[in-house]
Amino acid sequence: MRDDLTAELAPQLAVELGLKPAEYDKIVVILGRTPTVTELYMYSLMWSEHCSYKHSKKALRMFPTTGPYVLQGPGENAGVISVGDGWAVAFKMESHNHPSAIEPYQGAATGVGGIIRDIFTMGARPIANLNSLRFGTLDKARQRYLFEGSVAGIGGYGNCIGVPTVGGEVYFDAAYEGNCLINAMAIGLMREENLTSAVASGAGNLVLLIGSTTGRDGIGGASTLASQEFDEKAEDKRPSVQVGDPFEEKLLIEACLELLEAKLLVGLGDLGAAGLTSSASEMASRGEVGLDIDVSMIPAREEGMKPFEFMVSESQERMLAVVTPELLASAQAICTKWGLRSTVIGTVTDTRRFVVREGDEIVADMPADTLASDAPVYDPAMTRPAYLDEAQAFDPSTLPHPETPAGLGSALLRVLASPNVCSRAWIYRQYDQQVLLNTLERPGGDAAVIRIAGTKRAIAVSTDCNGRYCYLDPYVGAQIAFAEAARNVACAGGRPAAITDCLNFGSPEKPEVFWAFHESVRGMSDACRAFEVPVISGNVSFYNESFGSPIYPTPTVGLVGVLQDASKRMTMHFKNAGDVVVLLGETADELGGSEYLSTVHGVIAGAPPALDLEEERAIHEALLAAIEAGLVRSAHDCSEGGVAVALAECAIAGALGATVALDDDLAPASSLFSETQGRIVVTCAEADAEALTDLFVSRGVAFSVIGEVGGDRLVIEEKIDTSIEELEAAWKPTLERLVRGELQSEELHEG
Amino acid sequence: MRFGVVRFPGSNCEQDIVIACRYLGIDVDYVWHGDTDITGFDAIVLPGGFSYGDYIRTGAVARFSPVMGEVVRFAERGGPVLGVCNGFQILTEAHMLPGAMLRNRGLKFICETVPLRLERTVCQWVDLPEGTVVRIPINHNEGNFTADAETLARLDANGQVVLSYCEPDGTRAPGGSAPNGSANDIAGICNERGNVFGLMPHPERVVDPEASGTDGQPFLTTIVARLAGV
Repeated sequence: MRDDLTAELAPQLAVELGLKPAEYDKIVVILGRTPTVTELYMYSLMWSEHCSYKHSKKALRMFPTTGPYVLQGPGENAGVISVGDGWAVAFKMESHNHPSAIEPYQGAATGVGGIIRDIFTMGARPIANLNSLRFGTLDKARQRYLFEGSVAGIGGYGNCIGVPTVGGEVYFDAAYEGNCLINAMAIGLMREENLTSAVASGAGNLVLLIGSTTGRDGIGGASTLASQEFDEKAEDKRPSVQVGDPFEEKLLIEACLELLEAKLLVGLGDLGAAGLTSSASEMASRGEVGLDIDVSMIPAREEGMKPFEFMVSESQERMLAVVTPELLASAQAICTKWGLRSTVIGTVTDTRRFVVREGDEIVADMPADTLASDAPVYDPAMTRPAYLDEAQAFDPSTLPHPETPAGLGSALLRVLASPNVCSRAWIYRQYDQQVLLNTLERPGGDAAVIRIAGTKRAIAVSTDCNGRYCYLDPYVGAQIAFAEAARNVACAGGRPAAITDCLNFGSPEKPEVFWAFHESVRGMSDACRAFEVPVISGNVSFYNESFGSPIYPTPTVGLVGVLQDASKRMTMHFKNAGDVVVLLGETADELGGSEYLSTVHGVIAGAPPALDLEEERAIHEALLAAIEAGLVRSAHDCSEGGVAVALAECAIAGALGATVALDDDLAPASSLFSETQGRIVVTCAEADAEALTDLFVSRGVAFSVIGEVGGDRLVIEEKIDTSIEELEAAWKPTLERLVRGELQSEELHEG
Repeated sequence: MRFGVVRFPGSNCEQDIVIACRYLGIDVDYVWHGDTDITGFDAIVLPGGFSYGDYIRTGAVARFSPVMGEVVRFAERGGPVLGVCNGFQILTEAHMLPGAMLRNRGLKFICETVPLRLERTVCQWVDLPEGTVVRIPINHNEGNFTADAETLARLDANGQVVLSYCEPDGTRAPGGSAPNGSANDIAGICNERGNVFGLMPHPERVVDPEASGTDGQPFLTTIVARLAGV
């Protein structure tokens, strides 16, 4: 046993690696001696927040995680649900915030690569990517660099591996200036019988490392990047960012799926955060076995690498398989066919110890379970933030609101041009949206729709979170994140089946941040329960702070819904002149936290919209019943910018106007821009109007018939009368102009 | 009549070509890039994707794949060869078609359904009337076709320009209609004989009306009818 640390030096190294003194003491107790360098590195990574969820674990128990369709809940690389006829869908969302904040192209690209590996590790072929992005305002060159680089990285990686990017969301707010958010979601499709586990078992079986060589890139990524706040030294952390090779990943996808299809593997895991340490110890822990790994067998990318470097390297595009000695030759033949390296680096043992050696010399020897399962679990302190009372007490009606059609029209154009509302085409034009030929509805609508080839079915998918609402009320904000995702999926004709989440917060060691985290998890859990939709996978990203201030609480939801009949899918654009426009739901005076308040008045305050989960669900059910009955021509949810923006978007997308009258008795600005939840702009053929309204009446949901599709103007009686051309001219070019530095967001606020 | 679709490491549209062919009732199978025997195939398709990661240059490594020697001989014997997107890039690198690809003007990947105009052409893969406008997605980072003036003039004179980017009404804008900056708005060309055809747009993506459209169908079916002598 190598003895490379003294009892005096070991605690110092532990602190440098981010371990707390009590955590170090626990390691000494587990080992019954002073740890080696390799052991300390391995524990520091596995017990980092990123790998161990030590601050969030207890709160996450609030999530409902089971349901009749759930084949695999949280705990594996991705969750899996059955979608019928023996087909299953695997999906998960994960953050790559900190790497992207330092090196946006590689950070975002490897974020996509990592989540894709989580999917095919389960035995599923990746069929779609989505994402959720947050940046500061694009006025600063640094923000434009982050935004452009991240989008290019997502496209560069996803396009190359041949997985379409079908949807996503992006917001720009000063709260994310020092800490952008890059959340990547991937979805895979498989036959139920091919569901695979990242498990090691069978003493004497071989541990096979497949894919790229191992280098020093990404050393300590999980602990130094993902589990600490940023400060002015963040640039120095650039060497901790991994570099992606999507070509290698494409070969890995094909080779691994072929290996699984041929039933050549006992288990398969991917090397993500904390590299070999994490995947090997988790596979050993799940299988209740031990492992004996010899780092001198690992193909190295550079000379002179130390054992701990092999164990914690985050070099990308590597997979770890367990294979029986009898099937090794067949497995390696498939790797060779795909031009991939495959190397036996160790064996499965029955000792339940994780042994690492360099040739004959043992450099680490610890109980395997203690890495993956024995990390300390914390109960962080919680305090309701002081800012909330004042922010929520703000009364938007005290502001001077436009009342004339001229003033309201100008406000609408400004909200449409806002970076948070405007066209996202500049982004998704850079993504392959169609490869694999299953994309039925591309980005730009409420939800993407992907068909399950060979069946009549499809899935509808959306990622959502309004961080501003969560800042003003994390409990309600998280519920709204869920509700909006479900509403978007319902607008495409999908019934929600399950969600994944990516919970982005500041430091959990700050009581105000942890309170917001806890409230968000509680809110999302309550929403899931009300809709009977489980959480099947997810990710927590803490320490999203820079220069001392946390980002907005941003609990992002990725929701997958199922359409039994893909041909009944719904889209948002106005279809035919003469169609009747119906507003599902009822508008309340809810300008708090709205895009209008931010864009037109420069104010981010007030109570966010209220949410009645039962009512919300009843509205979705009513819409879905109407869509399934063939009564609906278009459906689009009202979100940022309220009903005025929703109508404008339907008109722009369909190149067809409408004339409507809003029959609420609110002040004009509230009527147009209030962000009351549970509202959907629905159109139907004139002949179906009675059947549609009868259906809504029988379902007991609030609605009003507000007008008719037609012409080339959007007319909202007494409030708005604007040509579609003018609406589109405001909505379309913002992102491209901001990226080119041709436009400052200041100019967007001016009337 | 059987199509062979070459799988290079990093190809990612090969299964899309196969799905589209099967939808159209065309017998089709994969050809592994390491194979050196392509007997039994009546037409060869080089699919889209990122063969060999597009490292060095798009298509620059794939042209050296073992199968390419056979593909060249097949084409020399008059066998029909189609290159879609990355396949087109490989055909230029293999000198089976003239010209080369630069990065798109604007240096951004472009995924978009665009209008394209059929030109007067000797290409055996199409028989749509000159001036027909079709809408097919493009999906590339390096589709900015370039060649010297003499080559461009020769392509034009010989009827080797098959498809041009255009405006929705079929006209070509004075400043160019190619979203990627392609010379003469060129989206697809063939060799002098008309049997080797490369195009940047993806016809296989618009074959199934349930999913997208049908404008891509003739780009796969025409050669079948021609070889069958129909």
